[in-house]
Amino acid sequence: MSTATAAHGLWALAAQAPVDRIPAPHIEYAQLSPTLIVVGAAILGILVEAFVPRRGRYPVQVFLAVAALASAFAAVVGLAVSGHAGEKAQIAAMGAVAVDGPALFLQGTILLASLVAVFTFAERRLDPAAHGNRVDSFAAQAASVPGSDSEKAAVKAGFTTTEVFPLAMFAVAGMLIFPAANDLLTLFVALEVFSLPLYLLCAVARRHRLMSQEAAVKYFLLGAFSSAFLLFGIALLYGYAGSVSYAAIADVVDGTTAHMDPALADTMGNDALLLIGGALVLMGLLFKVGAVPFHMWTPDVYQGAPTPVTGFMAAATKVAAFGALLRLLYVVLPGLRWDWRPVMWGVAIVTMLAGAVIAVTQTDVKRLLAYSSIAHAGFILAGVIATSAEGVQSVLFYLGAYAFVTIGAFAVVTLVRDAGGEATHLSKWAGLGRRSPLTAAVFAVFLLAFAGIPLTSGFSGKFAVFKAAAEGGAGALVVVGVISSAIAAFFYIRVIVLMFFSEPKADGPTVAVPSPLTMTTIAVGVAVTLVLGLAPQYFLDLAGQASTFVR
Amino acid sequence: MDFPLLTVTAAVPAAGAVLTAAVPAARRTAAKWLALLFSLATLALAGLVAARFDPGGERYQLTESHAWIADFGVRYELGVDGIGVALIGLTALLVPFVIAAGWKDADPLETRSPRWRPTQGFFALILLVEAMVIISFEATDVFLFYIFFEAMLIPMYFLIGGFGDRAHAGTDEKAAAQRSYAAVKFLLYNLAGGLIMLAAVIGLYVVAGNFSLQEITAARAAGTLDMATNTERLLFLGFFFAFAVKAPLWPLHTWLPNAMGEATAPVAVLITAVVDKVGTFAMLRFCLGLFPEASKWATPVVLVLALVSIVYGALLAVGQRDIKRLIAYASISHFGFIILGIFAMTSQGQSGATLYMVNHGLSTAALMLVAGFLISRRGSRLIADYGGVQKVAPVLAGTFLIGGLATLSLPGLAPFVSEFLVLVGTFSRYPVAGIVATLGIVLAALYTLVLYQRTMTGPVKEEVRRMPDLRPRELLVVAPLIALLIGLGVYPKPLTEIVNPAVEHTMSDVKQKDPKPEVAVGSENGEAGQ
Repeated sequence: MSTATAAHGLWALAAQAPVDRIPAPHIEYAQLSPTLIVVGAAILGILVEAFVPRRGRYPVQVFLAVAALASAFAAVVGLAVSGHAGEKAQIAAMGAVAVDGPALFLQGTILLASLVAVFTFAERRLDPAAHGNRVDSFAAQAASVPGSDSEKAAVKAGFTTTEVFPLAMFAVAGMLIFPAANDLLTLFVALEVFSLPLYLLCAVARRHRLMSQEAAVKYFLLGAFSSAFLLFGIALLYGYAGSVSYAAIADVVDGTTAHMDPALADTMGNDALLLIGGALVLMGLLFKVGAVPFHMWTPDVYQGAPTPVTGFMAAATKVAAFGALLRLLYVVLPGLRWDWRPVMWGVAIVTMLAGAVIAVTQTDVKRLLAYSSIAHAGFILAGVIATSAEGVQSVLFYLGAYAFVTIGAFAVVTLVRDAGGEATHLSKWAGLGRRSPLTAAVFAVFLLAFAGIPLTSGFSGKFAVFKAAAEGGAGALVVVGVISSAIAAFFYIRVIVLMFFSEPKADGPTVAVPSPLTMTTIAVGVAVTLVLGLAPQYFLDLAGQASTFVR
Repeated sequence: MDFPLLTVTAAVPAAGAVLTAAVPAARRTAAKWLALLFSLATLALAGLVAARFDPGGERYQLTESHAWIADFGVRYELGVDGIGVALIGLTALLVPFVIAAGWKDADPLETRSPRWRPTQGFFALILLVEAMVIISFEATDVFLFYIFFEAMLIPMYFLIGGFGDRAHAGTDEKAAAQRSYAAVKFLLYNLAGGLIMLAAVIGLYVVAGNFSLQEITAARAAGTLDMATNTERLLFLGFFFAFAVKAPLWPLHTWLPNAMGEATAPVAVLITAVVDKVGTFAMLRFCLGLFPEASKWATPVVLVLALVSIVYGALLAVGQRDIKRLIAYASISHFGFIILGIFAMTSQGQSGATLYMVNHGLSTAALMLVAGFLISRRGSRLIADYGGVQKVAPVLAGTFLIGGLATLSLPGLAPFVSEFLVLVGTFSRYPVAGIVATLGIVLAALYTLVLYQRTMTGPVKEEVRRMPDLRPRELLVVAPLIALLIGLGVYPKPLTEIVNPAVEHTMSDVKQKDPKPEVAVGSENGEAGQ
C-alpha cells in the first residue's frame, strides 16, 4: 500500500518544489503518540534533574518513567485496536515512519519489556545501604574518577545517578522508531538515539566501575564503527536509487519505479552500489543484533554493564534491531532476495553454532548469557530467512518470548551477591538450590526456556521459527538449529547441575531479598515464560495479524 | 460432552505433584501419604480406563479432541488403544509401589536450611513423571506426544541427580559427582535424541500439514498423502533415533547403567519400568503408524541392533560386579527382545512385545526393589560384599529369587509368556534372528542364578550376619508384585485380550500379514483392520 508521499524521492522533491517555499510537514501526531510520549518523558526527566531537589528526584523519575511507558503502551494498544495494525496501516510523518502491524507489535513488546526493566533500574534494596542511604546499581556520581576522593564524597553524600531514567527513556524512544523507520535517514537517527544513551548507561555501574567504563568504551568504539558502516551503506544506496525512502528504493530495485530521470537511469544499472550498500547497511544492523561475525562486543559489554542495563539492553535492543532488519529485508530488499538469502544462511548457521559452542567454555553467568543471546540471534535469523508471513510471525513471537526470559534471567543475576557485589562467577553459584530453592528454581525455569524445553516459551518460539524456516525451504538450517540447541542445552544444564547438585561453598554468596519492584520483574518473566509455553495460540494470532508490512 | 477420563487420569497425579510440593517442610510424613493417596487414585482411574475400554470396539477409544495451537496445526487429542491401556495400567500400578519403596529414601540427612524440602520434592517429582508418562501414552497428536516425551526428562533428571543412593553416604563427595555425571549423561543423551526428533516433527508438519496421528495414518492408508521415499526414511530415522535412545537400544544404551546405578532403587524402577517404555511404545505407535514403508525398509538393521542388544546386554550383565548395574544391563537385553518383537512384524511378535513391556516392568520392579532393600541394609552395591543372605533373611532371599526367576523368564511366571510369543513371532519370519535371540535366554539364566548364588547362598559373611529380614512395609511392596507375576504367568488372557486387537491395527498400518500359520496362535488377522 504505497501512498503518494512515500513514493517521492528527495530528488523528485527538489525538482518539483519551488525554491522559495518549504512546505510544512504533515505529521500524524496521534499515530506517533507512543514515541512522542516517551520522548516527552525523557525531556521532562532532564528538567527534573535540573529543578527538583536531589532527594525528590528518585521517586519523581521512577514515576515519570513508569507512567510514560505505561501510557505509551496504552497508546500502542489503542492504535492497534483502531485498526492501524491491519487495514488502516499506513506510512506517517511524510514517509519517515511506518505505522503497521510489525511496528506496533514490536513497539508494544519494547515498551512492556522496558517497563519491567525499569523496575530493576529502580531497585534499591539489594546493595547494602551506604552511609545510611539506600543505593541502586548505579554509580553515586558517574563523573568522578573511580577510587577518587570526589567519589567517596559523592557516596557519603548519598548521591545517586537518577539520570539513568531519562537516558533509558531516550533509548526506548529510539528503539520505538528503529523498527518503524521507513527511510534510511530515520533509521540512522533512531539508531544513534538509542545507542548513545546505552553507551552511557553501560558506564555507570556502582561496583566494578573500571570494568563498566571499559565495557562502555568498547561498546562505543565498536558501535561507532558499525554506525559508520551503516551510514556509508546508506550513502551508497542513496547513490543507487536517488532516494532514502524504503518504498522508493524497493521500486528501483524491482525496476518498477514511476519517476525515471536521467540521473536515476544512470545509477540504477550499477549493481555494485546496490550490493555493497545493502551489505553495509545489513552489517550495521547485524552488529546491533549481535550476529556472528559482528558479535565481539556482546560478552564484554554484557559483563561490564550494570546488570539491570544488561537485561534491558539484551532484550529491548534485540527486539528493535530485529524489527529494523525485518523491515529492511522484507520492504526494501525483497527484490534482492536471491542475493541476500545465501549470505544470511551463512550468518545464521555461524551465529547459531558459534554462540552455542563458545558458551560452553564460559565461567561467568553474564558472559554465558551473552553467548546464549548470540545463539538465540542465530535462531531468530532462521525465521527471518523464511521470507514469508509465517517467518515474520515467528520472529515477532520469538522476540516477545525471548525479551521477557532475558530480563527475568538478568534480574535473578542481580539477586545473587557477595561482599564484592553481584557474584557472577559460576563457581559461586554452586549449591544455590540448597540455600535458596526458590531463586534457583526460578533461574532454572529461565534456563530451561533458553534451552527450548517444551512447556516453556522458548520451545514455542523455537518451534515457530524452525517451522517457518522448514516451510521456507531451509531444512538444512533447521538441522543445524537442532544441533546447536543440543550443544546449547549442555551449558544451560551445567548451570542447573551446579545450582542443584553441587555442595554449597562455605563462603558462597547470599541471595538478597529484593523489593517488590524486582519481584514483579521476575514474576512477570516467569508468568510470560509459562503462558507462552502452555497456551501460545493467542499470542501467535496476535503476531500473525501483525505480520504484514506496509509499503 | 463425555467425562474427560483420559485427561483426568493424567491430571490427578499432576495435581498431586503440585499439592505434595506445597506441603510445609516440617510435615514430611503428610507429603508421603498425600503422594501415595494420589498415586492410588490414579491407579483407580487407570482401572476405570481399562474397564471402560472395549477391546472389540474402535481402534482409539475414550477420545478427546480440543483446539490448542492452531498455528502449529496442533490439537489436544487423546485416545487409547489396547497397548496404551496396558501401559497406562502398568504405570499407574507401579508408581504406588515406587512411592512406598522409596518411603525413606528422601528423608533429609540433616536440616540444611528450613526451606530445603527434599522429601516433598522427591515425591512430587515422581508424581509429575507419572502424569507426563500417562499423557504420552494417551496422546494421539504427534506434537502433544513430543512435548511430554521431552518434558518428562526434566523431573527425571532431578530425580536421578538430586536423590542419590544412600549406600554411598560415607563417600558423599565422590558419590555426588558420579550421580550428577549420571544425571547429565541421561539428560544429554535423551535431549539430543529429542532434538533430532524435533527436526523430524517439523519435517512431518511440512509434509503432512498437521500432527494428528489418526488423520495422517488414514490419509496414508487412503493414498491421499504421499511421502517421497527418502523423506519418509529420513523422518523415520529422526523419530526412531529418539525412541532408540529412550528405549535404549545398543549402541545408544550407555546412559542407562549409569543412571540406574546411581539413582535410588525406586527411581531406577521408574526409569526402566515406566519411562523407558514410552520409547518402545512410541516405536510401535508412531514409527510403524506414521512411516510403515520406512519401517519395513529399516527392519533388517533394527533387528540386528536388537539382537546385539540382547546378547551384548546379557554378556555384560554376566560380567557386572554391581547389583544395580547388572539389572540395568539385563534390562538392555530385555529391551532388545521388545524391539525384536515389534520389528518382527508378526502379530505374535508385537503382542509379545507389548506383553513384554508390561511383564518386564513388573519383573524388574520386583527384582530392583528387593535389591534396593538389600543394598540399603548393607550399604554396598557390590555383589562381592554379600554372601549367605538366605540364612539370615529368608523372605528377602525368597522374593529376590522370584524376581530373578521372572527376569530369566521361568515358565509359570508372566515374562515367560511374552518372551515365548516374541521368539515364536520372530522365528516364523526370521528364523535366524529367533535362534540368535534364544542365546539371550541362556545368558539370562546365567547372570540371574550367579547373582543369586553369590549373594544369597554360601557361607554367611560377617557384615551380613545381623541383617534384618523384610519389614512389613517392604513386604507389602513386594508381595503384590510377585502375586501379579505369578497370576499373569498362569492366566495372561485378560491382558492379551486387550492388547491383541490393537496389534492387529498396527499390523494393518504396515500392511503386514503373518507368514503361513505353521505356528500361528491367533486367528485370521491381517484383514481385521480399518
